[in-house]
Amino acid sequence: MANILVYALHYEGAVNKNSLGAVSEAAKLAGELGGEAHAILIGDGAADVAGSLGAYGAKKVFVADAPAGLAGPAIDAMAGVLNGGDYKYVLFGGGLLGFEIGAGLAARLGAGVAMEVTAVTVQGGELVAERPILGDSSISEIKFRSDIGIIIGRLNAFEIKQSGGDAAVENVSVELSAQAGKATLRTRGEQRGADVDIEGADVLVAGGRGLGKAEGFDLCDQLAAAFGGNSAVAATRAVVDAGWYPYAAQIGQTGKTVAPKLYLAAGISGAIQHKVGMQSSENIVAINKDANAPIFEFSDLGIVGDLNKILPKLTEAIKAKKG
Amino acid sequence: MDRSGEKNLNPYDTHAIEAAMQIKEGGVAVDEIVAVTMGPESAVRALHKAVSLGADRSVHLTDPAVAGSDVAATGYALAQTLKRENPDLVLLGQQSDDGECYTIGAVVAEHLGAPSLTQVIKLDVEGETLVCERQAEYGYDTVEVGLPAVISVGDAINEPRYPSLKAIMGAKKKPLDTVATGDVDIDTSKVGADNSAAQWTAAKAPPQKAAGTIIEDEDTAETVEKIVAWLDERKLI
Ligand SMILES: Cc1cc2nc3c(=O)[nH]c(=O)nc-3n(C[C@H](O)[C@H](O)[C@H](O)COP(=O)(O)OP(=O)(O)OC[C@H]3O[C@@H](n4cnc5c(N)ncnc54)[C@H](O)[C@@H]3O)c2cc1C
Repeated sequence: MANILVYALHYEGAVNKNSLGAVSEAAKLAGELGGEAHAILIGDGAADVAGSLGAYGAKKVFVADAPAGLAGPAIDAMAGVLNGGDYKYVLFGGGLLGFEIGAGLAARLGAGVAMEVTAVTVQGGELVAERPILGDSSISEIKFRSDIGIIIGRLNAFEIKQSGGDAAVENVSVELSAQAGKATLRTRGEQRGADVDIEGADVLVAGGRGLGKAEGFDLCDQLAAAFGGNSAVAATRAVVDAGWYPYAAQIGQTGKTVAPKLYLAAGISGAIQHKVGMQSSENIVAINKDANAPIFEFSDLGIVGDLNKILPKLTEAIKAKKG
Repeated sequence: MDRSGEKNLNPYDTHAIEAAMQIKEGGVAVDEIVAVTMGPESAVRALHKAVSLGADRSVHLTDPAVAGSDVAATGYALAQTLKRENPDLVLLGQQSDDGECYTIGAVVAEHLGAPSLTQVIKLDVEGETLVCERQAEYGYDTVEVGLPAVISVGDAINEPRYPSLKAIMGAKKKPLDTVATGDVDIDTSKVGADNSAAQWTAAKAPPQKAAGTIIEDEDTAETVEKIVAWLDERKLI
């Protein structure tokens, strides 16, 4: 048997979408390997959502009584389940905690780990992980020599699929390691800045560090207003962490995933962690003064130039066009 | 993955050194700041940069046996090297500049039996506890971490300083300890390309996406006209 264990992240009564994708993917892969997909949820409220994972193909769901939101307790809980069961692989959806837990678990178990994985295939009864490298210009294949292989997906890599079914729910107790007890959450999920909605917008004008300062966002606001209708302004982590724009408007790995009709980036380099949150946009336009900026690799229209010159004129032209 | 080209200090790591400097300059009693790296001979350049930015001395783990190690094996080798230094705090940058891998800190921490946190953008020392802030999947988290700890810092944590000319000139005079696997008790059956549990096989090309149109902005009025026409064609205005 070759079962797959999936870490499922949950918060405020809902299972993370990337985790649902990972459970769906594991169910498919386990089927091909002749095993089962199992999931583990950690912390308060886990029991309330555990049963729901059956619909995505999990045959068994472990509910671990340990603090949520930090890697340490999850590593302890998962190591316990893995040691007591018949597992060959561990799968994580895209997410910051997944990276930390997966890597820590690899060290604990002496297992191999592949991260930022965009696809997993079955070859000769084993899982092979595909991992884009060098700014996504090439894809490597990763196989495992260890008894257990750990695969951490890239954000939105695994499709959510309801296959129907019921999961047996099993409670597990966790003996916390010394190090896990030495990190504690003081506050979690603090929203900084205004509560803006970017997920429903048809047109998103996204601003990055190239705007130069917080006031640079005025140029984005004006352009979004010129488009009118269902348009909004979004941001990169760099500018959100700098306090230039609200967290609720952040796109990417630790922000929102969006797919508007038009995504227009101003002063954004196009880092992978940003790209994963917007690459499904229907039309991607980028303005960047650096002709070698990675964002041009995945833009439909790229403008090499200074946003301070281009944005105001573009705003005027769009206003004029709309009359 | 072949990292043999990686010789200079990864820009993300300068944030880790700056964070160490700010803790020291902020009045916390710090005995010394030690820069540690693993890599080929040419990696000393990264260590020279690190000490020019303020580290007191450096340790270079270099050994053909560790070449080609995967993340798990690299983390193990680094942890063994760090053990000898018995640090109160291990700071790392948020990612390598080529590998898009932000997990080495978690591996090192596990081997050291220390708590860890990645992507930290605010770090305060309160006695034996660190108060850390970072952006995680649901917003900003504040986490208390007891020392000794392993912390990876995000690039928003600080603006790294530039080394003075004097510091650059003096860098080569600061103590540099070059060690091999035997010096730091690394079990060589656990490191190197052949012993790494994750086995990288041939790379293939990703599916080709049609290249986008590129406009070089020379005359902005003309550029804007072209953008508007492009948007209009796709009924986006
Ligand atoms: C675990 C992890 C999670 C992350 N999560 C996220 C996330 O959720 N979202 C996210 O966005 N990032 C995230 N990041 C950070 C990401 O790696 C990048 O650092 C970030 O996206 C960069 O933001 P930026 O493009 O605004 O800034 P930069 O990379 O600094 O790019 C600024 C760009 O502006 C251009 N520019 C400068 N001046 C001008 C001008 N006058 N006119 C035109 N162009 C100009 C420059 O050429 C440059 O390309 C994460 C990183 C990690 C490691």
